[in-house]
Order: sequence, then C-alpha cells, then structure tokens
Amino acid sequence: MAIVFLPMPIRRRIGGEPSLVVEGATLREVINNLEEHIPGIREELIDSELEDRVIRTISAIIDGEAADMGLRTTVGKDSEVHFLPAIAGGAPKLMPLNHRNEDR
Amino acid sequence: MTTTEKPQEFNVVGTRPIRHDGVDKVLGRALYGADIRLASMIYGAVLRSPHAHAKITRIDTSKAEAMPGVFAVMSGKDMPLVASGALDLGETVDDTAFTSDRIMAHSKVVYKGHPVAAVAAIDSNTGLEALKLIEVEYEVLKPVITLEDAMAPGAIVIHEGLIGSDLGEQVKNTNIAVHNRLEFGDPEAAFDQSKTVIERTFIISRAHQGYIEPHASTAFWAPDGKITVWTTTQAPFGVRKTISALLNQPLSNIKVTPTEIGGGFGGKIPVYLEPLAAVLSKKAGRPVKIQMDRRAVFEASGPGPGGTVKVKMGVDDKGKITAATADIRYGAGAYPGASIGAAASGIFACYEVPNVRVDSYDIVINMSKTAAYRAPGTPQATFASETLVGELCEIIGMDPMEFHLLNASKEGTRRPDGPLFPRVGNEGCLLAIKGSDHFKSTLEPSAEGKLRGRGMASGYWNGIGNKSSVTINVNEDGLVSLIEGNPDIGGTRTTIAMQAAEILGLPAEDVHPAVGDTDSIGYSDLTAGSRTTYATGTAAIEAARMVIDEMKKRVAMIWETEYENIEHIDGMFISKVAPDQKFTFKEAAGKLGQTGGPVALTGTVNVRGSGGGSFGTHLVDVEVDPDTGKVEILRYTAAQDAGKAVHPSYVEGQFQGGAVQGIGWALNEEYYTSEDGVMINSTFLDYRMPTSLDVPMIDTIIVEVPNVNHPFGVRGIGETSIVPPAPAVANALADAIGARLYQTPMNPGRILEALAAKQSGK
Amino acid sequence: MTQIPEQQFVHKVPVQCTLNGQSTEFLAAPYLSLLEILRETLGLTGTKEGCNDGNCGACTVNVDGRIVDSCLMLGVEAQGKNIETIEGVAPAGGLHPLQQAFLEEAALQCGICTPGFLVSAKALLEAEPNADEHRIRLWLAGNLCRCTGYDKIIRAVEKAREEMK
Repeated sequence: MAIVFLPMPIRRRIGGEPSLVVEGATLREVINNLEEHIPGIREELIDSELEDRVIRTISAIIDGEAADMGLRTTVGKDSEVHFLPAIAGGAPKLMPLNHRNEDR
Repeated sequence: MTTTEKPQEFNVVGTRPIRHDGVDKVLGRALYGADIRLASMIYGAVLRSPHAHAKITRIDTSKAEAMPGVFAVMSGKDMPLVASGALDLGETVDDTAFTSDRIMAHSKVVYKGHPVAAVAAIDSNTGLEALKLIEVEYEVLKPVITLEDAMAPGAIVIHEGLIGSDLGEQVKNTNIAVHNRLEFGDPEAAFDQSKTVIERTFIISRAHQGYIEPHASTAFWAPDGKITVWTTTQAPFGVRKTISALLNQPLSNIKVTPTEIGGGFGGKIPVYLEPLAAVLSKKAGRPVKIQMDRRAVFEASGPGPGGTVKVKMGVDDKGKITAATADIRYGAGAYPGASIGAAASGIFACYEVPNVRVDSYDIVINMSKTAAYRAPGTPQATFASETLVGELCEIIGMDPMEFHLLNASKEGTRRPDGPLFPRVGNEGCLLAIKGSDHFKSTLEPSAEGKLRGRGMASGYWNGIGNKSSVTINVNEDGLVSLIEGNPDIGGTRTTIAMQAAEILGLPAEDVHPAVGDTDSIGYSDLTAGSRTTYATGTAAIEAARMVIDEMKKRVAMIWETEYENIEHIDGMFISKVAPDQKFTFKEAAGKLGQTGGPVALTGTVNVRGSGGGSFGTHLVDVEVDPDTGKVEILRYTAAQDAGKAVHPSYVEGQFQGGAVQGIGWALNEEYYTSEDGVMINSTFLDYRMPTSLDVPMIDTIIVEVPNVNHPFGVRGIGETSIVPPAPAVANALADAIGARLYQTPMNPGRILEALAAKQSGK
Repeated sequence: MTQIPEQQFVHKVPVQCTLNGQSTEFLAAPYLSLLEILRETLGLTGTKEGCNDGNCGACTVNVDGRIVDSCLMLGVEAQGKNIETIEGVAPAGGLHPLQQAFLEEAALQCGICTPGFLVSAKALLEAEPNADEHRIRLWLAGNLCRCTGYDKIIRAVEKAREEMK
C-alpha cells in the first residue's frame, strides 16, 4: 500500500486529486495497479525501450529518493511515490527526423 | 566555527591534507584541455554564424579546401542524420537531433555563434585564414530574443518541428517547450484568509559560469574505427555517449580521457567541440585539437538562463506563511532545456508552505542554448522568493531572521514538488548565522555619507546521487592507488581519497588518486549535482571495505587461520585466536605475494538521491555611494550544511567561491544583447566578473547535520552557495537605500534610478 | 589520399632572450604572441590562455621584473628580455614559498588561474615585501579567479609574505 502523488496533467484526469492509495511492493506493481485507476498510465510512465525504468523525462521518487533499481525498486507499506519532472524540466516531445534537415 | 551534532570519530575525514594534485598545479605542469600536444596534431577552427536566426542557403568550402596548410573542412552535411531521441546525460536529458543541430547547423542557424563549418589546418592561424575562404549565404530571419516575443500569439516559431507540452497537452507551432505545474492545497482560498499578501515580479539576467579555461578538445579517429578524445569536461562518460549517438559509432570504440579542467560550474557538461574534432580527424587522418576563444565561450556555450519570476506570498497575523505561488519563465536559448524543474522544486524549499502552486515555462529563444550553472535554475528563482520575503518582513514589521525561523522547512516538511524532507540543516544554518559575530555586530553608519545596509537570505540545492565507480589497487609497499571517473574541479580527488583512507586506516597521503579515462574505470556519472565527494566518495568507501575484507582473507592465510578469526580494528588486522598477531595495513600489504593474486577491487554504487540536499544562509553588509551608485561589499558570512565536511578547507572554498560568483550575478553580470540577438559584452572586460579588489574576505560557518544516506554523513555542498547571495545583497541594498530593486544585475544605474524614484516620491 | 597543397612559409625572426634563467633562442613568425610562442613553440604550457585579450591574467609572465599578459606581447618583442614563466618560479627540487602557501591554504580549486596568480604575486612580494591585504588585492586585481572568491588566495599570499621575511 503506497500513496502515489501524481503530476499535474495526470491529476486533472482523475478530478484533481493530488494522490491515490495503491497496492504494490515494487514500483512496477504500483504502476500496474495505478493502471486500474488511470487507464493508459502504464504506457505513459514506462520506458518502452528498456521496460525496467520510467521514461527519462520523469524521475520516480520513493520516500524522497530516486528509484535506483528502476521498476524493481521496493516500495514499503507506507511509502510515498512521486513522479517528478527530470531536473532540466524534461526534454519535450521532439521533432521527427524528416522535419529537420529538409533542405540538406 | 563548526557546529557538530552526534559526532562520529574520524582519523582522516575532517582534516586538511594538501591535495594530491596540488604540486602539479602550482608548478604549471598539470595538463588542461588546451595543453594536449600529440605527434602530427593539427588545429581546428570553427566558422560561426554572425546571425541569431537565418536559413543557410549555400555553403561553399572549396576555396578553403584548396588553401595550402588546410587538411580537412566540414559542415553540417558531414554530420550523420540522427533521429530524435533521449540522450540521458545523468543529470539532464537532451535530445539527440537537437544536440546534433546545436553542435553544427544543418539547414538553419538559431543563435549567434552557431557553428556552420569547421576546418583543420597545420596551425591555428592558418585555420582562421581558411575560415575566411568559406562562403556561406544566409536568408536572415527575424530573431526571437525576448520571452514576450517568444510567447506572444502568432510569434515567429524557431523550430517548426517542436512539439511543446502544456501541462501534458501537446502543442504545435510554439516556442514554449514545456509548461509544468506543481500544486498542493488551495492557494487562492488561503490568500483570501491571509492577513497580508504580497506579489512582485522579478527579472533575472542571463549569466555565464565564467570558468577561466575555454573549451578545448582533441580527437583522433584511427583507421580501425577507434576514436580517442582528450577533452576538458565534467562528463567524460557523457561525452562518450554523445559522440556515439551523434556520429553513429559503437560506444565502446570511443575512449574519452578527461584532462584537468579549468572550471565548469555546469557549463562543461554539454558537448561542443568533440564531435567536430573527431569528424575532422577522420577526414585528415591526424589528431585534431580545437579550442574556443573567449568570445565563442560567451556567445556559443551555455550560460544560466535569464527570465522572469512572479512570486506571491501570504501570511497570517503571526507571520506564518499561509500560501505561496510562483510563475517561473526562463529563456532556454535555441533548444529546450532551461532548468525549470529544479527552479520549481527549489523556490520555496526553505519554507513550510501549506498551500502552494508553481508554474514553470521552458521557452526557446534565438540565443545559445543555456546549460547548467551551479544549482541550475535555483539562484534566479530564489532571488525572487527571498527578496520578496525581505520586503514582506518590512511590510509586516517582522525581523527576517525570526520570519525564517518561524517558517523554516525541516524534517517532515513537504517540498513544493511533493517529497518530504528527511533530516536537513535549514534551521541549523539560520541559528548559526543568528549566533555569529557578524549577526550580533552593529552596522556602524558611514562617516562619509555613504548608505549602509544589512541583508540576509537562505537557499537550497537538492543535488543528486547516481552512479560511480572507484578502483583501489594495493601496492606491495602498503600504499594504494585509487582510480575514479570524475574530473576533479575543486579538490575531489583528495576528498574521495580521504574517504577511502578513513576505511583503510591509512593517512590521506598514502592513497594516490587518479582520474581515469572511460576505458580504465567503470561507468561514473558526471561531476555535477554536488555529487562527486558524496556519491563517488560512497563508491570509494565501498571499494575500501571490499579491500579490507579481501585483506582479512589474505591475513588469515598468512596466519594459517580462518577468515572469521580476523578482525580489522583501528586500522590493525588482529587475530581473535592469537591476540599478539597484529598487522598494520602496510605490513599486511607487503606480505600479499604468496596469498593469491593482487588485491585490486572496484566498488560501484548507484546512490539514491542526495539525502535531503544542503541548505545555506548568507548575511551581508553593503555600502552604497549615493553619488555614483557603486556598491561595496563590507562584510559577508556564509553558513551552510555540509553534513560532514571531508576536507574543511575545500568546503569553505566552495562557500566562498559560490558567494562571490553570486555577488557578481547580483551586482554586475548580464548578457547585454542587441535587438539582433548579438551579445555586446562578450569579453571579460565588459562581462565584469568580481576581481580580488571587489570583495572582502568571506567568512564561513560549516554546519554539520549528518546525511542519513552517507556512511560518514557527508552532503554534497558545491552548489548551494550561489543561491542566497543575490537576494541577500538585494535585501541589504534595500536596507541601505530605502528602496527595492527587482532586477539583476543591481548595477549603479539601477541603484541611482531607485534612489531618484524614492526622492521624487515614486 | 588527399593531396595537401604546399604551404608558403612566413619569414620567421630569430629571437634571443633569457627564459627562466636560461639563454634561449627561438624562431618567431612576427604575428605570434609571446603566449603562443611559449605554449606552441617552446612547449611551456604552464602559461594559460583564458581570454587572449588581456583581461584575465591567466597568461601572466614576468618580463624584466614587470608582470605582463603574454597574450598582449609579441614573441619578437622578447628579444633581449629576461622572461620568467610559472615553470621558472620553483627552485630546483623544491617549491617557492608562494607555491607552498597556495597548497597549504587551499588557494586553488580548478587551478587554471594559479600559474598567473603565482607569477603576479611573486613579483609583488619581490617589489613590496610588506604588502598588506589591500595592496595584495589591488595588485592581483588583474588576475581573475572564478572558483575561490579570492579569500584563500589572499591568505596564501599573506602567509608566503611572512615566510619570505
């Protein structure tokens, strides 16, 4: 059982609640269970290439510290889980390849 | 003065040995980026755009290629096309396509100084002559320089392909790369209930790290595909990853040797020259060295972002904060990535704020892409919040020290971005300043009619942990060599070696540290985020513990007993079964010959977070000449939480250096930019950094509230010290002249304007 | 293999000077600065380039007892001069009291400005053995340091001043 704090865009989709209580002993289990409350969240949070960490523009913080073991990181019974923007504010969605260098 | 709680006993940590690399550095023998000289090496030069925003319609390099003494010429077409993707550099995440474009323009230039071509020639002067023969035609576009222009409806869009994120919604045709929001509670309702509410808008100048060593990189691309790079960088493994990604080369074919580094402050995290040197080297078949000149450093490397910060804060009748909101807008430069995340989490970190909202915007403009600059994003945001607090205290008639103490964040306080603080040193720093001679002293009025004032401010930087590797080799004479992967900008070889020495039971001098290249040490994240002494030190402790454990096995063999019977106490290996059997580390090391192979072990760590970060409080006395507006810093005291100071002299040095860098930002430093996006003050003469004559001695107080994440309680301390100076100076100036300034730099012109406005009754 | 066009060479000027106590001769293209000659021609890379326009002092050398930004002096102007660089500050097998004091007082962090500061400070203490804090700060104002905030540099010079008395 962990309390999960959600970033603003996701909060809006569940009526503005800043946090949810979710079951799970690891970060992966927490995100899987979060999916039941917020369909599609798993795909948004998990790195599709590596599948063992959250996407690079988000830092998963468990009890104030980074999730050093990625999705395997242990989540305690009373843990707080935060999903925060990475330090630079996060690289935004970027241009597809054919949009740049078009005049080369 | 040092305030210590719950002291651990140390033999090495907390002492002040001479740094291991010191003799080389005072003799002038240490090799920095530009000092690399290789057989048959040639010299690169970079042609940079004179325009801040333009389409490249034609590049003709044929005349330069034909010039005697020129070995190779390149332009954007010589850089592989790389797809957009995440380039994870440990502390920040960049995009591969944007990074490739930033390093060498392809179809468009987006900042003055943007590289458009490069040459390699027999010497640097020949290279500079060759640049004049390269013909480039531009279709000049209107540059977008101010945040207002960049954000206006119908603004000229710098990157047509950029898809912005507005609170998670995708936005096309925009210069606003990211808009984030943090929110807890109901700030509006709380403001309505507040006794006093104050709102102000602050403007903060774009400012350069000002490291004295310009960027310099050398590369050799061998015929077998191996690329060797010598470069002045904070992130050798980041350079390796960037070259691999941008040039489509296997990661392990690239070896990066970090040279000594002449200052960085975050500005030597990004890659600028390395891929260009590599491409030119491949074409020329020789090693190629490229150096930036100072103007290129100012115009085309990444300073800290400028921008606007609007802050609103409410308090109840006792001065307790009820709510706070902020709107942070930073100009990222020509590609996204201003440090808005850290700014948003740091702006109210010194306070307990029950209702909070922070909006932050990462905005693309036609200037060079900003980079990390010491506590990235946070000095700007804290200039706003702490100067506002100073004015709030004036309005409600409360002593700022009492306001800080009443509202200070502490263990269990929720930071604006959510996480709870563990045990931290915020109150400890406030109390240290409150107890200082400086605080207790009376500021005497000037005998010459000058205006004097005193101000204080606090600041916070979280910092990071992350990955580090340290290898310890035990030599037969009982000394050890230690290899780590973090370039040493301010004495970290020694602070890392001291932590290993503490475990090994050796004096600091008997551990010989070296910074390895990317082939000779395990992966190590960058020297940044106040992580090196903290996280790489943790790896050194891990490696030293492994060495002691292995030595116990070897000593058991020598004494023909069981491993379980060997203890390591106070630096001695002792047999539990035969108490007269004792070895010092040196004695044991000298007897390893017949006990198996050498003892050479590597500790690796991925340290979780910083343990709550480091708080600091600064106190400053200023004197203003009312005729000229010139400001003199009369007295300065900086207190900061170091957790446990490994080498107190270098901790003090970080406090002092950050304070003076912050004073420069407060009083002098800015990018003075024309409407065309050209930086006008791109020399050290005009970009006026503090000299020895501009500042007094900087008094320091090391506060030690142990970090629960580190075996010795160490905190990363390198960055916090630049956060409080600007608001501390602003508050002192307000005390001196009786008027407030809301913009950096608080230079003589602005001070005279504020004085004149006050005299004319606004 | 690409054919590299033949380069035409500039007429170089022979220059004789005393460099770190040693009679030295080099050939200098007339447009090269003393800094370029020291670093590129003579391999003395202890003298650093920070700005190449005389504003940072990282390239400070001593010419006939005066401190000079070597980026602002031509190599050919060294003719007949007595020049000391950072490589000439330490006595054989030892350190100058300033160098020792810089180590003990932790007066360097990154170290890139250190050679320039040492050459400048040595000239000061030779000219003014009793220089006080203000004189030291004034004298060293032509040398920029971005790491230390100057505090420990000033203390190191004061310590060396006492050592040298």
